[in-house]
Amino acid sequence: MKTLRGVKPTQSARVVRVHGEGAVRRRIMEMGITKGVNITVRKVAPFGDPMELNVRGYELSLRKADAAFIEVE
Amino acid sequence: MSIKIALVGNPNSGKTTLFNSLTGANQYVGNWPGVTVEKKEGKIKKNKDVILTDLPGIYSLSPYSMEEVVARSYLVDERPDAIINIIDGTNLERNLYLTTQILEMNIPTVIAINMMDIVEKRGDKIDIEALSAELGCEVIEVSALRGKGTDAIADAAISAASGAKTSHPLSFSRDIEVALSKISAIALAGMDEAKKRFYAVKLFERDEKIIAQLSLSKEKLASIESLIASIEKNYGDDSVAVLTNERYEYITDVAKKTCKKKSVALTVTDKIDRIVTNRFLALPIFVFVMWFVYFISIGSIGDWTVGFMNDTLFGEWIVPAVSAGLENIGCAEWLVSLIADGIVGGVGAVLGFVPQMLILFLLLALLEDCGYMSRVAFIMDRVFRKLGLSGKSFIPLLIGTGCSVPGIMASRTIEQERDRRMTVMTTSFIPCGAKMPIVSMIAGALFGGSAWIATSAYFVGIGAVIVSGLILKKTKPFEGKPAPFVMELPSYHLPVATNILRTTWERGWSFIKRAGTVILAASVIIWVLNSLSFEGGLHYITEDRAGASILEIIGTGIAFLFRPLGFGSWQAAVATVLGLVVKEEVVGVFGSLSSMADADLALELVGSADSAGFAIIGLEFFGGSRLSGFSFLVFNLLCAPCFAAMGAIRREMNNAKWTAFAISYMCVFAYAVSLMIYQLGMLFTGNGNVVGSIFAFITLAVFVFMIVRPDKLVKSNKKDALLDA
Repeated sequence: MKTLRGVKPTQSARVVRVHGEGAVRRRIMEMGITKGVNITVRKVAPFGDPMELNVRGYELSLRKADAAFIEVE
Repeated sequence: MSIKIALVGNPNSGKTTLFNSLTGANQYVGNWPGVTVEKKEGKIKKNKDVILTDLPGIYSLSPYSMEEVVARSYLVDERPDAIINIIDGTNLERNLYLTTQILEMNIPTVIAINMMDIVEKRGDKIDIEALSAELGCEVIEVSALRGKGTDAIADAAISAASGAKTSHPLSFSRDIEVALSKISAIALAGMDEAKKRFYAVKLFERDEKIIAQLSLSKEKLASIESLIASIEKNYGDDSVAVLTNERYEYITDVAKKTCKKKSVALTVTDKIDRIVTNRFLALPIFVFVMWFVYFISIGSIGDWTVGFMNDTLFGEWIVPAVSAGLENIGCAEWLVSLIADGIVGGVGAVLGFVPQMLILFLLLALLEDCGYMSRVAFIMDRVFRKLGLSGKSFIPLLIGTGCSVPGIMASRTIEQERDRRMTVMTTSFIPCGAKMPIVSMIAGALFGGSAWIATSAYFVGIGAVIVSGLILKKTKPFEGKPAPFVMELPSYHLPVATNILRTTWERGWSFIKRAGTVILAASVIIWVLNSLSFEGGLHYITEDRAGASILEIIGTGIAFLFRPLGFGSWQAAVATVLGLVVKEEVVGVFGSLSSMADADLALELVGSADSAGFAIIGLEFFGGSRLSGFSFLVFNLLCAPCFAAMGAIRREMNNAKWTAFAISYMCVFAYAVSLMIYQLGMLFTGNGNVVGSIFAFITLAVFVFMIVRPDKLVKSNKKDALLDA
């Protein structure tokens, strides 16, 4: 399964499904990461985590561990 | 009759600016009952009958964060007459998510669309009329910054409040709508028609808080459950996700119809972030910004104000003037001392910090308002999250090296309550400026002035933060679902002067109000203990009628407690207690209690960090034992901070139990660490005491266990998650 975690900075991907459970999953989806949306990975923080994404026209930061739950294509 | 209007919107949508421009100076700032979430209310400038409540900035009405719960219960229980929903035009889709939920409350709503100037500058277009038609409520363009459209939005909200027209919420897919109306029929019969939609949706989402509130019978819950289950089976996802997906599908559709995006070019924020959070430049810039904040608030101007307020204004002018004034009108000596040293001195201890704090708050408000604070969390998250702290905890800890009081107050900027509490509890472990004299006293008295003692003090402090983080995050008080780190990096914008000044003043004032009372009371109590004696009838201690102060008697009584730590003299106990007033005091106490012939000379020797004076202290109070001295130092570094810091802790915890828990934790932690240092140190130098060593090993074992034990919370969260799913 290809996940958002594996997407390199400056590359984009389309969300297939958000896996995982509970509060984190809900929050991720509520922030606009839902099926079919395009996400661009902007960069990774200087210490290697979290990542900065552009989704629905705004900037969002997400930990890599959580990004691994987001299936993309 | 007064009208109640609620202001609701995402964080960073310009909500505070709009609130300020709608209400002007007619504001009241407090806390929502029982939580540390700020509550702001104000009267609308043009119409004093209208009370506007500023709800916390939220992304959704889900029940996860304190802010969401507060906002939601206000809307559900208080049912304001109208809602002003402010949305950021540059970020339409995510902002509309909250809007779709608000419209379900069936409260008359008007939408204020903000930051349209930026939208236009980018060459984008939003069709306001089409948007209004889609959402079924009035949409008004505002510029919160310039005060444009604010009158119109206020008028629209007021007329919506009196009108009967409610907006129409989005319709979900047909089968979901059928399920919702069945749920409504099963569980919500007899409920006010307007409220049904919200409750039905929440029941469909299996919202625990709503289920608990409705206290439905088992049969009803079971039939609702089967309705949900069949939908979930059809959609292959849980009910919450199904609704979230549908909401965003609807929003994407609305956005497509109403919003024309032209820009693909980089925005200003993108350009700034290319440098500011750049892989290589981010850290140097971060260090520079932090250095600047520290330099201004602690190092240069801040330090000068504290010195001026404490030493000059209160120390040289006010206190002597008050003393002289009271003496002139013939007050008793004890009364003069109580008023001048106890009360005025206590007030001084509160006010002395205020200018420094205002400077710090100003800088923090600036960082928050312009958007850099989120980048701080972004950059430092990796380092702090393992400790159960937030990336933003860096600032309180850094400021804490200067003074714990503003350090603790700086934790305001951390959104998650858990992280904030943890930060408040650990900030004062970092050796502050006032603890430095103790460090140099011990270094001078027993270690030949070695610089390693100061270095080790910082290591002990940082170590205490790390160990406490590892221990506390697994303990019960910090239980609760950890807030997910899914953080918006808001667009940079020029800070708004009125917002910043207002925030600065509100925070400063709340310190004076909440922390001040505690500090003042404690100062008076310590004055009583230190200045009165029981011996030969209760009397004020003067030079000619000497006698042991109450504090001395208490010190003698509790000194045995410190014997296992290697400093069982009553002087050390008294010094520790007086250290609660101001930490520098510890050094002064030793000076005045030493056998050095002339008390004034002794103080002078100690005050000028004279090695001869220190050497006498080392010999007299610690028997020349380096271990005792170091153990004393560590205890005083880690135990309860000064009263001013305790006041700040109380202010930030906003809860007596949490304050007590934080302070007891620090004392127990300090005791345990000193015990291990002294007893194990004795053992390794061949002077071990069997009982002491056993206790020290037990303590060590407990520490190791607390640090490495598996995190039950993670497991139970997984369980919860399964139940959710």
